[in-house]
Order: sequence, then C-alpha cells, then structure tokens
Amino acid sequence: MEALSLLQWSFDGLLGLSLLWLAWQALVCTDLFKAVVLFIAFGLLMALTWVRLAAPDIALAEAAIGAGLTGALLLSALARSRVIQANGESLLNVPLAARKLQFRWLVAIILLIVAAGLGYAVLGLPPEAAGLSTEVAANLTLSGVGNPVTAVLLNFRAYDTLLEMAVLLLALLAVWSLGGLPQREAVTDPVLDSLVRLLIPVLILVSAYLLWVGADAPGGAFQAGSVLSAAGVLLLLAGWRLPLRLAQRPLRFALVAGTGTFIAIAVLTLISTGRLLEYPPAQAGTLILILEAVATISIGVTLAALFQGASPVHKEKQ
Amino acid sequence: MNVAFLYTLVGVGLFCLGLYALIVQAHLLRKILAFNIMGSGIFLVLVALAKRSGNAIPDPVPHAMVITGIVVAVSATALALTLILKLTTETGKAELPDEGGE
Repeated sequence: MEALSLLQWSFDGLLGLSLLWLAWQALVCTDLFKAVVLFIAFGLLMALTWVRLAAPDIALAEAAIGAGLTGALLLSALARSRVIQANGESLLNVPLAARKLQFRWLVAIILLIVAAGLGYAVLGLPPEAAGLSTEVAANLTLSGVGNPVTAVLLNFRAYDTLLEMAVLLLALLAVWSLGGLPQREAVTDPVLDSLVRLLIPVLILVSAYLLWVGADAPGGAFQAGSVLSAAGVLLLLAGWRLPLRLAQRPLRFALVAGTGTFIAIAVLTLISTGRLLEYPPAQAGTLILILEAVATISIGVTLAALFQGASPVHKEKQ
Repeated sequence: MNVAFLYTLVGVGLFCLGLYALIVQAHLLRKILAFNIMGSGIFLVLVALAKRSGNAIPDPVPHAMVITGIVVAVSATALALTLILKLTTETGKAELPDEGGE
C-alpha cells in the first residue's frame, strides 16, 4: 500500500513538473512551429491530468478540443501565414527581436510574489470540501440523466450552456465578418484521401456514441460535437469543400440550430413551469437528449467552420 | 498536502508562467499560447479543488464550468488567430505597434 502511494505521488509529481516544463518551453523556445507542437503535447498531458483528477468528461473534451482542434487551428495559422508572403518564408515565424524590456526581471519578481500569494491562498483552503456535489447527487434522479456533469451542463446550469452556444456562434460570425483569408492550396495525397474515407464514418459513429452514452457515463454534446468537428477538419484538409447548394441556408440552419433549439425550449419551459430552462422531471431526459443532439451538430459544424475561416459563400464571390 | 493541492499549485504555476509570457513576449501568436496556458492553469485550479471530496465523486459543477470554458477558449483562439493573420497581411508584422505609434 505504501509503495503504491509512493508510486502515485511520484507519478503526480512528474506529471505536474512535465506540465510546467512543457508550458515554459512552448512559451520561450525560439521556433514557433516547435512551440506549437510543444503546446499540443502540453494539451495531451493536460488530458492525462484530468483523468488523474477523476474528471473523464473534461479529459475527453481536452483531448479533442484543447489538444486536437486548438493544435490544428495553430498549425493552420502558421501554414496560412506562409501563403501570405510569396517567397514561402512565414511572416509569423520571423523571430522578433526580444522586446526591449529593461524591467523584465521586475515583471518576473512581481509574478513570483503573485504566485507565492496565490499559492498561500489556495493552501489555506480547507483540505476537505464537498462543494455542491451533495446537492447535485440529491437532485440527480430529477435531472433525467445519470451523469452528474451532463446533469449540471444541460439541466441545473443549462443557462450557461445556452450562453456558450451563443458565444460559439458569435465567434464564427466575427471570423466570417473579417472576410476571406488566404486558403491553403489543396493537397492531393492518396494516403490522406484513403485515411479520410476510412476515418469519417468511424468519427461519426464515435460522435453518436459519445452523445448517447453521455447521459449516464463520461461523454455528452461537447465531446460528441468536437469529434464531429474533427471529421469536418479532416474533410477540409483533404480538399473537400461544402457544395454551394449546401453552403447557403442548410449551413446557416445547422449553425444556429443548437442556439435556436435551446432558446425555443427555454421559452417553452418559461411558459409551462414559469422558470427558464426548468424541465418537468418526467420529460427531462427526452428534452436533454433533443438538446444535446441538436447542440452536437451545431458545435461540430461551428468548430469546423472556425477552422475553415472564411465563409464558404464569401469565397465563391472572390 | 494531498493530490488536490499538488495540482492546484501546478495550476497556479501555469497561470503565472502564462502571465509572464503574455507580458514579456511581443509576438502575438506567442501571446495566444500564453493566454491558453493561463486558461489551462485556471481550469486546473478549479478541477483540483473540486477533488477535495476525498474518495467520493468530485464536485461536478466546476467540471461542467471547465468543459464550457474549454469550448469558449477554442472559439476565442480561432477568432484571435484570424485577427492576427489579418494584421500580418496588413502590416507585415505579427506584433502590435508600440504605444505612440512611431
């Protein structure tokens, strides 16, 4: 028993040190491409950390979004910046002269004091605290789902999730309104093509599974949506583009469906129960499944559209 | 001192490393990385403190908040990257001009 706990302690210590070291390297190493790759590795170690902290729902989201999609976005930005400059030298990758901060050491000292203060503050917290877990556990049977995290996301604090869907939509609108970006030249790679053909059905299946299982086990709309967006990103990388007849209304409908359904259900519950997003316990499970299914599609399409950057209609006009 | 506090301190460390790089580094892409690492640090503090329940299931409310936070962070990152690419196309630089605009 003692040996096991020693092993766990050394694992946790090593994981924590690796996180700090990777973060530091990603922030200071001179090559930006290397920095991005280190950041992706950092995301994967974060996913492992979530598992150690008994948060498998976050681990799934982090692996798909934090490491996967953010990494793809960063790498794609580096690739696009090469297109911006004709001679192939990436503008983003030009090492800037380190800013002439004479007070760099002063910043470091102030932040060390901040770190010490924050550390002192968190160590002063009581070592045992149940938080809201007893309340959640007491009301779980009324929520319509068995996974406490899904219950919080889609029932107890569904308002947060409604606003979050709106934030996603807003981010995409802002990106679209900035106009077109230089597109990557489509690569024709037979290996990528066959890989995409194999992976897309699997990814769609995994996404549907995560959506369904999220009611009672780790998973849910965000994880399912991010796996769906990974399928979209793969398709875009392989050179597939949305057919123009789908790029107008059907695409927009898919983008706003999640927020729209959320608002519709919010209004319905406001009329029937008098409270925003308070579902009648008997129908809660069904309502949550409907919300999650629509939200999954919207999240997946929105994240893939964020990866693509410019609006497909905009591109056609150019 | 238990596992929860170990990871809380790592979270504080990540936040401060990210804040340092955000102030010191001029390159905007590096600032985005710094901002994401600061966010990861905050998420880690939230979730590690939720683990203080001992052997019982951890508090699911911070878990749900962090999942929401991860999705918001990725959409903000996508917007910020688009802004940087636009700025780089316009000015040829991936940094903000110094105040006073010389």
